[in-house]
Amino acid sequence: MEAAIGVLMVCPMSLYLEQELDKRFKLFRFWTQPSRQEFLKNHAESIRAVVGNATAGADAELIDALPKLEIVSSFSVGVDKIDLNKCKKKGIRVTNTPDVLTEDVADLAIGLMLAVLRRICECDKYVRKGMWKMGDFKLTTKFSGKTVGIIGLGRIGLAVAKRAEAFDCPISYYSRSKKPNTNYKYHSSVVDLASNCDILVVACALTPETRHIVNREVIDALGPKGVLINVGRGPHVDEPELVSALVEGRLGGAGLDVFEQEPEVPEQLFGLDNVVLLPHVGSGTVETREVMADLVIQNLEAHFLNKPLLTPVV
Amino acid sequence: MAEDETPEVQQLPEIIVLGPPVVFETYEKEFCSKFRILRPWESTLPLSEFLLAHAQNTNAALCSGYFLLSTAVLRHLPSLRLVVTTSAGVDHIDLSECRRRQISVANASTLFSADVADLAVGLLLNVMRQISAANRLVKNGLWPKTGDYPFGSKLGGKKVGIVGLGSIGLEVAKRLEAFGCIISYHSREKKSFVLYPFYRDILELAAISDVLVICCALTKQTRHLIDREVLLALGKKGFIVNIARGPIIDENELVLCLQQGLIAGAGLEVFENEPHVPEALFSLNNVVLSPHSAAFTMESLWDSYEITSGNLEAFFSNKPLLSPVLDK
Repeated sequence: MEAAIGVLMVCPMSLYLEQELDKRFKLFRFWTQPSRQEFLKNHAESIRAVVGNATAGADAELIDALPKLEIVSSFSVGVDKIDLNKCKKKGIRVTNTPDVLTEDVADLAIGLMLAVLRRICECDKYVRKGMWKMGDFKLTTKFSGKTVGIIGLGRIGLAVAKRAEAFDCPISYYSRSKKPNTNYKYHSSVVDLASNCDILVVACALTPETRHIVNREVIDALGPKGVLINVGRGPHVDEPELVSALVEGRLGGAGLDVFEQEPEVPEQLFGLDNVVLLPHVGSGTVETREVMADLVIQNLEAHFLNKPLLTPVV
Repeated sequence: MAEDETPEVQQLPEIIVLGPPVVFETYEKEFCSKFRILRPWESTLPLSEFLLAHAQNTNAALCSGYFLLSTAVLRHLPSLRLVVTTSAGVDHIDLSECRRRQISVANASTLFSADVADLAVGLLLNVMRQISAANRLVKNGLWPKTGDYPFGSKLGGKKVGIVGLGSIGLEVAKRLEAFGCIISYHSREKKSFVLYPFYRDILELAAISDVLVICCALTKQTRHLIDREVLLALGKKGFIVNIARGPIIDENELVLCLQQGLIAGAGLEVFENEPHVPEALFSLNNVVLSPHSAAFTMESLWDSYEITSGNLEAFFSNKPLLSPVLDK
C-alpha cells in the first residue's frame, strides 16, 4: 500500500480507531483544525477517504471540497449524514457498519423499555436520596406480555422482536411492505400500529420518507398509556410534538437514545419520571465499538488494495 | 370493633392481617366484603396483647412478606391453621413451628416470577449499559459539555451464571437466552429438565461467568453464599444482580469489592437490612439500586389479591389451597 493516503476523520468517535488509522494512513482530525477553510486549502488534494459517524458524515459541501475523495467509511450503520446521491454520481464508495452493532442497539431498546415501564432509573434515584426509609416506591407497570410495535423490521427491528418475544410480548410491525417470513402482525400504517400496541419502537433507517414518521397523529394514537422508544435517529420523531405530549400527559412515557439536535436535549423532559434519556449510546460498548472500528479499517484497506468492500452501501 | 360490625360482617369468616401488606391496603374494600378483619396495627395495644385479647379463635392469617411470623407470634395464635403470605419468599415464617403445629402455609407461588425476572434483566441491562448513570448525565444538562459517554459492556454472548434455578431463575434464563447469553446454573441439585450446564460448586460457576444473577431462596445454606471469595472469582469484569434476598450476599464484602473495582458493577433490588442501603453505594456509577419492589406492578398486585383471597376462601370452604407451600 502507498505511504501517505490522506484520511479525514470528521469528528471524534473512537481513540482505538484513530490509533489504527494512524498506523496505516495519514490521518487528519478535522475537529482539531483551527480553520477548516485553511485546512482544506492546504490538504484537500491528499485526502482520499473520509471517516464519519452518526453525528457527522460527508455532505455535498465537504464532498465538493475534496476532489480526490474515493471512499466514505462510516463508523455507524446509519448513513443519513452522507449525501449518497452525490457519492453515487461521483463514483465515491460508501461503507457502513451493519450487523456488528445490531445486538447492542436491540439490547438498549429493551433496556429502555424496562427502565421506563419499571421506573428503574427513578427507583435508583429514590434509594439514593434516602426516600425508601420513608415509604415504598409507587406501583410500576408490568413489561412481560405487553404488545410491542416495531417501525422497521430490518436487522435491528428483528433483534428487538426476538428479545421481546422472550418476555411473552406479542409483536406487531410497520414496514414499507409486509415481510414474507414472519408471524408477526403487520400493520399498513404507523398510526394503525400505534393504535394497537403498548410500546412503539423506532428501528428503521432515516430517509427523506421516514423523517417525522412519528408525528402528532401517531403520538395521539399511542396515547396516555403508550410508551415510545427511539433507537433510530432523532429526526424520526417530531420532537416538539413529543415534548408537549409528554409534558401534557397525552403520552405515557418515552425512552430516547437519539434527538433532533444532538447533544441538545429538550429541557422540559429533564424533570419527567416517565422519560429516560440517553446520550446516543446505542452501539456504545467497548466490544462493539472495537469491532466497528475494525470493520471501518478493513473496508478502507480493501478499497485501497482494490479488493471487494466488506460492507458497501454505495 | 365488634360493636361497630353489622350482622352481615359478623357472619364472615375471620382473618387476622399482619403487616399490613400492600395488597391489603390497596384492595381493603374487596377483602372486607369477604372476610371479617382483625387489624392489630390500628390498636394501641402491643401486638402480643392484641393477639391475646382478640385473636385466640382466629384460624387464618394474611401476612406481608416483611412481617416476621416468629415462634413467639405463632404461640399467641393458638387456633391458627393457615398462614397466607403475600410474598413468594417464606424466609420470614417459622416453618418448623408451622409444621409442628400443622399450620398450612400458602404463598404467592409463581405469580411474581415474570415481574421479578423482568426486573433482573432490567437491572442487568441498566448496569452494563449504564442507563441510569447516563440518564442522570443527560438530565443534568451535561451531555453538551462531556461529549461521548464512556462505553458500556455488551450483554450479548456473555456467560451468565444463575444461582437458583427455580421459577424465577428459569424465567431469567429464558429471557437472557434471547439476548445471546450463555446460561449455566448452580442449584441444590441438578435439574433433569434443562440442558444448561450445572455447577455444584458456586466458586466454579463464578469463575467461568461474566454475570451472576441471584435467584435462590434464603435458607441457612444460602446465607452469605456469595462471599468475598465468590466475588473475586467473578472478577473485575464481572457483574452481579440480586433480586432474591439481601443476606444471600455478604453485603459488606460486596461494597468493598465495588469500591475497590474488584467487580465491574451490581444491580441490587434487595439488601441485608432493608430499607437501609449502604450509603457507600450512593456515590458509585456502576451500581443500580432498587427498593425491593420487583413484585409491585399494578398487574401483579391485582393477581396477588386474587391468589391471597382465593387461598383464604378455599381454606374456609374446605377446598384445596391454590398455592400451598406447607399443607397439613
